[in-house]
Amino acid sequence: MTIESLLFYAFACMAIVSALLLVNIRNTARALFLLFIVLFAMAGLYLFALADFIAITQILVYVGGVLILLIFAFMLSNKELLNDLQSTSKHFISLPNWQALVLAFAFLGVMVYSYISWSQHMPQWIAQSEAKGSIILPTDNNIKALGFKFMTQYVLPFEIISVFLMMALIGAAHVSRKEDDI
Amino acid sequence: MISLTHFLVVSACIFCIGLYAVLAKRNTIMILVGIELMINAAILNFVAFGKYDKINYGGQVFALFAIVLAAASVAVGLALILNVYRHFKTINPQDIHELKD
Repeated sequence: MTIESLLFYAFACMAIVSALLLVNIRNTARALFLLFIVLFAMAGLYLFALADFIAITQILVYVGGVLILLIFAFMLSNKELLNDLQSTSKHFISLPNWQALVLAFAFLGVMVYSYISWSQHMPQWIAQSEAKGSIILPTDNNIKALGFKFMTQYVLPFEIISVFLMMALIGAAHVSRKEDDI
Repeated sequence: MISLTHFLVVSACIFCIGLYAVLAKRNTIMILVGIELMINAAILNFVAFGKYDKINYGGQVFALFAIVLAAASVAVGLALILNVYRHFKTINPQDIHELKD
C-alpha cells in the first residue's frame, strides 16, 4: 500500500465519518462545524483527482462563504434549537426516521452495486485516453490550462454563470429585505 | 494512482448521507446542509472523471460551475429561510403548511 492510497483512505474516512456524525448530532451549531471538516476533507479528495484549483476554490467558496452564511442563518433563527432539544425522544434509535434510513441505504446499495459491476467495462473514451496517454498528470500545469479553457472553449457557459450568479444575489437581497421599504 | 471506482464509492456514500439528511431532518438549515453534501458528491464525480479528459478539461470546468451554482442556491435558500422564520417563527418544514398569512 503506497502512501498515496493511505492518504486517500484517511481523507475518505474523515469525510464519511464526520458526515455521519453531522447527520446524527442534535446540536445544529456543532453540525455546522462538522460540515467544515467534511468540506475540508472533500477538498483533500479533489487533490487526489489532480484538481488542485477546484480544491482551493472549494476552500475559498464553501468554507469562506457558504459556511459563514449558514452559521449566520442559524444564529438569526436559533429559537428552533430550544424546540429541537425539548422534542428529543429518549429512544436510542429514533423511530420516525426509519423510512429515510431505508431509502438512503437502498440508494447506496444500488449505486455501489452499479459502480462495481460497471468497473469491468468502462466507457470507450476512458480506455482511449488511457491508451493515448492523455490523462492529467501530477506534473501538468492545470491552472494555466483551465484559464485558457475558460476564456476560449467555455466562454459562453462562463458568461451565463456570471449573469446567473448576479441574478441569484440580487434575488436573495430582494427576498430578504424588510417588508415596508420598497 | 487511485482508481475511478474508489472515488465513485466515496461519493456515493457522501451522496446517501446527504439524502438521509434531506429526508430525515426537521430543521431547514440541516436540509440545506444535506443538499450541499449531495452537490459535493456530484463535484467529486465530475473531478474524478475529469482526470481522464486532458483535451477538454470538461470535468474540472463544470466542477467549478457546480460550486458557483451551489453558492447561489445557498444564498437564495438562506434568504427564503430567514423570510419564512420571520413569518412563521419556526423553520421546521412540517409546521410550514399554509400559503396565506
